Amino acid sequence: MSILLDHSTRIIVQGITGSQGSMHTEQALSYGTKIVGGVTPGKGGSSHINLPVFDKVEEAVDALDANASLIFVPAPFCKEAILEAVNADIKLIVCITEGVPTLDMLEVKQIIDDKDIFLIGPNCPGVISPGIGKMGIMPADIHMPGRVGVISRSGTLTYEAVKQTSDFGLGQSSCVGIGGDPIPGSSFIDILKLFESDTNTDAIVMVGEIGGSSEEEAAEFIKDSVSKPVISYIAGQTAPPGKRMGHAGAIISGGKGAASDKILVLEECGVLVTRNLLEIGKTTYDALNS
Amino acid sequence: MNLHEYQSKEIFARYGLPVSKGVVIKSLQEVSGACKKIGGKSWVAKAQVHAGGRGKSGGVKLCNSINEVRDFAEQWLGKSLITYQTDEHGQLVNSILIEELTDIKDEIYLSMVVDRTSQSVAIIASAEGGVNIEETAKNNPEKIISIFLKDSNISQLQIQKICLTLSLNKQQSEQMDDILKRLTKLFFECDLALLEINPLVIKTDEKLHCLDAKLNVDNNALFRQQELAKMHDQTQEDHREATAKQFDLSYVSLVGNIGCMVNGAGLAMGTMDTIKFFGGNPANFLDVGGTATQERVAQAFKLILDDPDVKVILVNIFGGIVRCDLIAEGIIAAINEVGVNVPVIVRLEGNNADLGSKILLESNIESLSSLEEAAKKSVELAQ
Repeated sequence: MSILLDHSTRIIVQGITGSQGSMHTEQALSYGTKIVGGVTPGKGGSSHINLPVFDKVEEAVDALDANASLIFVPAPFCKEAILEAVNADIKLIVCITEGVPTLDMLEVKQIIDDKDIFLIGPNCPGVISPGIGKMGIMPADIHMPGRVGVISRSGTLTYEAVKQTSDFGLGQSSCVGIGGDPIPGSSFIDILKLFESDTNTDAIVMVGEIGGSSEEEAAEFIKDSVSKPVISYIAGQTAPPGKRMGHAGAIISGGKGAASDKILVLEECGVLVTRNLLEIGKTTYDALNS
Repeated sequence: MNLHEYQSKEIFARYGLPVSKGVVIKSLQEVSGACKKIGGKSWVAKAQVHAGGRGKSGGVKLCNSINEVRDFAEQWLGKSLITYQTDEHGQLVNSILIEELTDIKDEIYLSMVVDRTSQSVAIIASAEGGVNIEETAKNNPEKIISIFLKDSNISQLQIQKICLTLSLNKQQSEQMDDILKRLTKLFFECDLALLEINPLVIKTDEKLHCLDAKLNVDNNALFRQQELAKMHDQTQEDHREATAKQFDLSYVSLVGNIGCMVNGAGLAMGTMDTIKFFGGNPANFLDVGGTATQERVAQAFKLILDDPDVKVILVNIFGGIVRCDLIAEGIIAAINEVGVNVPVIVRLEGNNADLGSKILLESNIESLSSLEEAAKKSVELAQ
């Protein structure tokens, strides 16, 4: 099996007629993804890439029985696009768009938090369940169906981790890019929970980076609640401290957020951390064959 | 996007927050007029840079005559101010804020920031204001109160908690109530990422007063904060970083000799880590982004080559959105246009990587699919 995206997922694309929306819809279709239609306000009733287009998400859901939405709309309109999907009772929303204002996401987060909804992103590569389908912009051919669950805050760095697990013949159950924004729809912990209870996932690769404290929080969760081996790489070990303004960031983070802090906490919580980006695949392989 | 203190205070004034009477000057000729306009016999002169720690570095001065203000302006205008919050080059001073004097009884620290951990906007306050606030946070965290807002409504209970922690009396608490509500409105209406007042002072007449103001606006929201966007002072950025931004590239210069061009911030950091792992030193962080065009790749080469220390360039592209064949064409065009005179090592993987490699090969540029080989080769050539 897989997490989030499986054979029952029926996807609509919000912003399907834009250049990014079109390109990635075509690629997803050729990968075998069950995309059933699209939404672009003002273009309802037309057809695009042989798919029906609607003005509103609700209309698309009613007509197509869709239960997931992939969002490519421009950043200024993302909040409305996400909320429209929420109101149409879509359960899985993947927002690829980068540059969404932080306070828009704060508002969205309050609304989805007490609902049974998964929002992935924004500013992320999306979700792929190899062999089943993809909701995102990742290159499909580096993936293969398999046993490793991949979670990452980064885009291209995720591909690097994915390719290495494919090269070792392990493959992936699902790969989820949660995005690097300050207020993401889903956290590492949200996705770790899903991988822990997915019977087809035998190991989890978690790719983090400097800044924030989501890796540290994930580490505590892994210690208490994850039985499967977790392999991690933290990008930015050699990044110099940036110029800064004021004290608030340092106070609120308690001076943490550097790669070394994260690696320390992860290792204390039993996570297998590789300091060499190129050994993610090997570390995972060894963990599964020891 | 950071704003200067004087810009931040203009916005504070608009929101009815108590700030000092002040005039900003950009040349020596304006000093006398500014002082006379403010009135009085003493002034505070403050160098305007996008960094804190100015007081400790001589960037703030109490002046008892117009001549002293002029001397201060002469000392700083056009010069760089280095503080513990800047890099070793410091920040260019091109304006100075002259303000009336404030009689200070007590100093409070107050800030608001988007907090990733609590997924909210945090208000942070402490009675131990001033320059040593980070020490207080580390050694006496109980002296700092944080409350968390999920939207632009601050509750009376939250306000009471802050006033209690700051040991404010009734009259001061009433003022704080008003200030907190105005700041919250400002934070949400202006799409801020950070708002800091250090210090917020209690004057000898018991009035609360914003003696400093630092604002940072969410870059993602600048499309709807046009007026704030216009306040941007490009001189506060490294010139290469500023040029990079014009072309939607993200660039940070470092001390090293291996130039890097990578798509994606995470992979760019990962590439730097890998270079270090094999014993080399990256000259820069450079993210060409997800939609790298030929023009941007050419600009990226120019930026990297602007650094005389660069001995080799490592291009690491994992095509997701970006097509490797387009990047390959960009690399060839850039090399022809810019005249690259150092070896270029290219690693292409992902979307159309084979086609990209073929295009490069036709122009006698070798590309590798292994990052390990590419990184090792770069390190070897840089020695």
